[in-house]
Amino acid sequence: MKILGEPVARFVYLMLAALVVTPPDAESGEWDVGGQSSLELRYFPYPTAYAGQKNMKLSPSGTIEPELIYELDGSNRFTASPFARLDANDKRRTHVDLREFNWLHLGSSWDASMGIGKVFWGVTESVHLVDIINQTDLVEDISGEEKLGQPMVNVNIEQMWGTLSLFALPGFRPRTFTSDNARLHGPLAIDTANPQYESSKGKRHVDWAGRLAVTLGDLDISISHFQGTSREPRLLLKNRGGQDVLQPYYDQIGQTGLELQLTTENTLWKAESITRSGQGKRFYATVAGFEHTFYGVAESRADIGLLVEYMYDGRDPRFAPPSIANHDIFAGFRMALNDTQDTTALLGGSWDYRSDAGFVNLEAERRLTDHLKLEVKGRFFVHVPDGDPTAFIRNDDFLELKFRWYF
Amino acid sequence: MKSNDTRRHSAWLLAPLGMLALLLSPVWASALTAEDKGLEIATEADQRDTGFGDFRVELTMILRNKHKQETTRLMRNTTREQADDGDKTLIVFDNPRDVKGTAFLSHTHKAGSDDQWLFLPALKRVKRISSSNKSGPFMGSEFSFEDLASQELEKYTYKYIADETYDGHDDFMIERIPTDPKSGYYRQVVWLDKAEYRVWKIDFYDRKNELLKTLTYSDYKQYLNKYWRANHMEMINHQTGKSTTLKFIGYKFAIGTTEMDFTPNRLKNAR
Repeated sequence: MKILGEPVARFVYLMLAALVVTPPDAESGEWDVGGQSSLELRYFPYPTAYAGQKNMKLSPSGTIEPELIYELDGSNRFTASPFARLDANDKRRTHVDLREFNWLHLGSSWDASMGIGKVFWGVTESVHLVDIINQTDLVEDISGEEKLGQPMVNVNIEQMWGTLSLFALPGFRPRTFTSDNARLHGPLAIDTANPQYESSKGKRHVDWAGRLAVTLGDLDISISHFQGTSREPRLLLKNRGGQDVLQPYYDQIGQTGLELQLTTENTLWKAESITRSGQGKRFYATVAGFEHTFYGVAESRADIGLLVEYMYDGRDPRFAPPSIANHDIFAGFRMALNDTQDTTALLGGSWDYRSDAGFVNLEAERRLTDHLKLEVKGRFFVHVPDGDPTAFIRNDDFLELKFRWYF
Repeated sequence: MKSNDTRRHSAWLLAPLGMLALLLSPVWASALTAEDKGLEIATEADQRDTGFGDFRVELTMILRNKHKQETTRLMRNTTREQADDGDKTLIVFDNPRDVKGTAFLSHTHKAGSDDQWLFLPALKRVKRISSSNKSGPFMGSEFSFEDLASQELEKYTYKYIADETYDGHDDFMIERIPTDPKSGYYRQVVWLDKAEYRVWKIDFYDRKNELLKTLTYSDYKQYLNKYWRANHMEMINHQTGKSTTLKFIGYKFAIGTTEMDFTPNRLKNAR
């Protein structure tokens, strides 16, 4: 089984070699071994939409994600976090990845890391426009919040007013897609084995990124730029031996992002904007809104947050990968009971006011023991008309029950 | 007799400059109000704890419900003193395991609201959060955020109530009223010993001025030959019957932190 792409594998070998060459000092070093595994059951209540698609009415799956940290001294650290999923019905969802495999050095006013890592950019909740360093591990969740490990060399230079981060990103990770006969998949097969790239270097193209994050009192501002292979593929219609298939095509793009957050008393005002070139005409996209929290509701310990965000995306779906957040309004409630079990729930819905398509999202969790957590997740497609980007999977509403064991 | 004691004590506090003022104007000294004396005591306690620089300590938090069922939380706290502002504090959680690696950064301010950030390891996301939830429970415990925040002198107005013997030592009993309207308390009554100005007990009164919680301090140890820290705290909620024990293990002072160890960027790599 080919686990990792070739440039990624080379990177890992290099890192392993470096570890072997510099044996950790047994006197001062310290291992920390932890991680988590999970068992989940997905329930798809509605019948399949396409001939040949598996019903998967009740679909079990399990994951394991150990985390090994070796703290050499206060300023040098090695982290490894492999991930594996076994899925009863979806061969492509059964996959492994190195979420993290990196060496970190902490300097006095800078830090640097080399290896496979994960970086998050952004402030909003409904959609993460600016976040671009890591590829989405789409088979994990359609939320787009699960990410594949990305090979990188990262340097962060820090001043009291803010942080400048620079990234070299060798080795591209193609997006993962569910199996052609599985749920959360359209009618056409996706040729994930043969992705195409605009760059002649293909997945060996080295991408670059930088971000400047500044704090001005209650206002946090970040400006970022990414130059390289688009994390979002376009899916091109191809004919393979008389069969229509979709081939992922990764353009070269330049994307500049802006993040804003104003932290006032009970309200966080948030906005993200991007402008991207390389996929048809340069386009702009914005998400902006607020999160207002009512603390200690009705003299209880519970907090209730109200979230509202507006999404706009000006991309032309003929030249750019379609966005499901092009003319949408998101509203949600976040509840935290602040009890011993840290019970929380999020119920949100977004509504495309042009196509009238709706999407409802439910997430709830509660700790059962010091090591065990119960999670419930629901994704529901509401009134999705033909032509909406989510129309292909509108029968694939699901409820998910998950037990997470932390070790 | 009591007022005589008071006067003598204030003179002692204000020495040597105060002594001159006292000699020149005995009327001024006798006019010392309960508010002045309360502030004086609080200022002295604050002065005695100034200059510690930084420290690191492990915390064990035991949450107990009214049926005495226990839940344990483990975390590590690193604090750096600021010369002319509130302290900077970093808390990294170890247990329960699902919050392992979660980190909380707080820049407290003498005036205005504090700055707070939370690092969520699953998403590698640093979130700036609102600090106005002062009265909210910390980690589901009976301690609220404001109970654990650095106790800046400016955050209260003070009033001396009485001298009282508490648990075998001579104490001042003072009342302090939070200046922040977002505080969950109407007032607090604090017992400090006269010898070292250590806090031994705090009664917390809710917004309706009803007794809500009592915090008791014990197992005091002195560090750097100057700074006293209680290694055991017990918070009892009288209204719910729940309680929380906080144990401090392995205080280390003068650990050589820098300002850069307390930035939102560094929070990502806090361990």
